[in-house]
Amino acid sequence: MELPTQTYRVTRADLVRYAGASGDFNPIHWSDRTATKVGLPGVIAHGMFTMALVGRALTTWAGAPDAVVDFNVRFTRPVVVPDTDEGTEVVVSAVVKEVTEDGLTRLDITATCLGEKVLSQARALLRTAR
Amino acid sequence: MSLDPSFVGRTYPPTAPYQVGREKIREFATAVGATDPAHHDPAAARALGHPDVVAPPTFPVIVTMAAGQQIVEDPALGVDYSRVVHGDQRFAYTRPVVAGDELVCVNTIEEVTNRGGHGFLTTRTDVSTVAGEPVVAVWSKIVVRGEA
Repeated sequence: MELPTQTYRVTRADLVRYAGASGDFNPIHWSDRTATKVGLPGVIAHGMFTMALVGRALTTWAGAPDAVVDFNVRFTRPVVVPDTDEGTEVVVSAVVKEVTEDGLTRLDITATCLGEKVLSQARALLRTAR
Repeated sequence: MSLDPSFVGRTYPPTAPYQVGREKIREFATAVGATDPAHHDPAAARALGHPDVVAPPTFPVIVTMAAGQQIVEDPALGVDYSRVVHGDQRFAYTRPVVAGDELVCVNTIEEVTNRGGHGFLTTRTDVSTVAGEPVVAVWSKIVVRGEA
């Protein structure tokens, strides 16, 4: 079963807000100068911000904010966030792989930016909503 | 500079307790756009059986990243943080983090490899309450990008 696709816009302002809230002030998430110096195409979103967006998709699909039991991702491609009003978009979809006897749902997740996968091996185990 | 593989298997002393605040959960939830009332309103969280507001699924990274400073700032390991990008991340929950938790982290280095000029470091952090109740186990792999 395929779950409804979730689309999230990401701008530089989101990265600044996330840096403040998370305490991750790595300059590759706000300084083009630093990002390009270490060989990145530009300022990139925190991997953990992308994962948090996927977390939003998970809790939305589960219909419960506390449903996530296990959640893992591999960050394969950076989400480059241009310094524009539009920023970029992360699109999250998933398929249900299995519903276990004890009421857990196993998902395989896909997250893309500009049509390219930004995560691999993205999986979650959710408790079925009460 | 490559990472020292002899660090594999090292477990660090438990970190000082991290006090999970209600406003911190609200701030984090707002930053990631998590609007479910249970992240913001204690009454909504209590209706789900939690003592206070519930953290979004990736919130524990705040606690484990702070705790991970004892690794990335270990001069003997030699991590240049401005060259760090995130490789993998996993959370395995016993229960969600809620406001009022006092959390202690125990870091273990699970894997250190050097490949193609980049260093790869995998850590496991066991997060539990000060009373010893397990809350979440967190795995992180970071990549220290080599000089171009």
